[in-house]
Amino acid sequence: MVKLDEIQKRILLEVADLHKIPEGAYNIRSDGKSVARASSANIDIIPRESGDGLEIRIKPGTKNESVHIPVVMTESGLKEVVYNDFYIGKDSDVVIVAGCGIDNCGAGDSQHDGIHRFFVEENAKIKYVEKHYGSGNGSGKRILNPVTEVYMKKNSSVIMEMVQIKGVDDTNRVTLAEMDADSRLVVKERLMTHDSQNAVSKYDIRINGSGASADLVSRSVARDNSFQKFDAKIEGNAACYGHTECDSIIMDNGRILAVPALEANNIDASLVHEAAIGKIAGDQIIKLMTLGLTEKEAEEQIINGFLK
Amino acid sequence: MLRVENLKFTVDTDTGTKNIIDNISFEIPDNKLVVITGPNGGGKSTLARLIAGIEKPTEGKIFFNNEDITDLSITERSKAGIGFAFQQPVKFKGIQVFDLIKLATGRQISVADACNYLSSVGLCARDYINREVNSSLSGGELKRIEIATVLAKKASLSIFDEPEAGIDLWSFKNLIDVFRNIRKNIENSSILIISHQERILDIADEIMIIKDGRLISKGSKTDILPDLLSTSSVVRSCIKAEGEEC
Repeated sequence: MVKLDEIQKRILLEVADLHKIPEGAYNIRSDGKSVARASSANIDIIPRESGDGLEIRIKPGTKNESVHIPVVMTESGLKEVVYNDFYIGKDSDVVIVAGCGIDNCGAGDSQHDGIHRFFVEENAKIKYVEKHYGSGNGSGKRILNPVTEVYMKKNSSVIMEMVQIKGVDDTNRVTLAEMDADSRLVVKERLMTHDSQNAVSKYDIRINGSGASADLVSRSVARDNSFQKFDAKIEGNAACYGHTECDSIIMDNGRILAVPALEANNIDASLVHEAAIGKIAGDQIIKLMTLGLTEKEAEEQIINGFLK
Repeated sequence: MLRVENLKFTVDTDTGTKNIIDNISFEIPDNKLVVITGPNGGGKSTLARLIAGIEKPTEGKIFFNNEDITDLSITERSKAGIGFAFQQPVKFKGIQVFDLIKLATGRQISVADACNYLSSVGLCARDYINREVNSSLSGGELKRIEIATVLAKKASLSIFDEPEAGIDLWSFKNLIDVFRNIRKNIENSSILIISHQERILDIADEIMIIKDGRLISKGSKTDILPDLLSTSSVVRSCIKAEGEEC
């Protein structure tokens, strides 16, 4: 059994809610290599020969099992690109917890680019949770550039929760989905940037089969001098429903560019987008102050609730 | 006890200045329920907001329990024991009903505790406790949750700005019970309600009439109410209660 140091443990807790080595199938990658791995009866985790990623195969009919594949980086200056392919068997129902935490106390930039591809077979369901976190007081940046590709077969369901709340200096996130008939995709993105951070989140969701639906909801907060770009496109190529919503709070000198886009290529495609950016409403702060909170406490409660 | 002395609130207009509150003085002793009424636009809500600290007076003083609170912030007044229920309840994205009630109590509470406050305002607690305080709730539901937050605060002076507005399917009797329970359950507590509603005026110990920023009449219910009902248009402009002619 691998022994994790305190920093690694703290980061694992942040990105995967793990206090210890998880049960079931898992792979823990630390500073460029796998330090712990286990498959289960129904879930095989197979390392790529090149050492730069995994193939995760979930047998058809696997229910109520989970896969944890957290990544921890504590070595300043390390840069890596990791490819993980997930094959989700028919009729399965699983939770996949990914996530990456970088603790950079040095001068070199640390960067993890995770390329995740999900091949979701008919009637399969997954919940995918991905948290990103950065810490450390070095001058080197903490950079995460995730690419997520989702290929959904008929009547499959994917719920994705993407969370990045603190400490990541630079992010360029790309999410692509191809959806067959009656499939259902729900994406919930929560993002907060601070200091001089930069975060770009780009979505390209193609609804190709009739009866399919996609719901993409992003809530974000840009504080200090940070910048965010939310660039979300939903393409309706069949009788389908698509909804994208970007709801953002700006604080201090934070800046946000929201670019929602809809493309309907079928007369029965129904697509909706909503985007709202603004500072915290003054009456929200006043209400919480009448309950006894200070202005700063009220702001924190409002942000915490907004990103919950 | 609340004491307001020579309170003035002036705003700039295109043609000069306007006194929204014009030299008002009064006292609300402990254990009293006082209702402020008067025509719309007369300054009632502004007066309530001045007491809660949401607006700052141009002139005058406000004392609460013999402490000068004129320069205290909203937070400090809240901590001193003043609660305020907004006429238009504030909506929050993500904050749940339970969160808001917990914040109002200022301590860690159980879900059962929070449910008691919701039940007091006629909401089936189980259906609401985890709901977000957002636009998915009706105006009436938001209003009742707003009142529940003030109940949870257990303030020694609770101010309600038109609590009856938007109380859709909930009967007035229940709303009046809420005020009675505050008096029963919070020792030495006072209640200040801004209302046009005859049934709320009817439970007042004292009634104040404010018009054009001035306190034009103040006295016990028995002195003020008969005259008000027979001569004034104030009550006639009230918001109708269920099935009731105003």
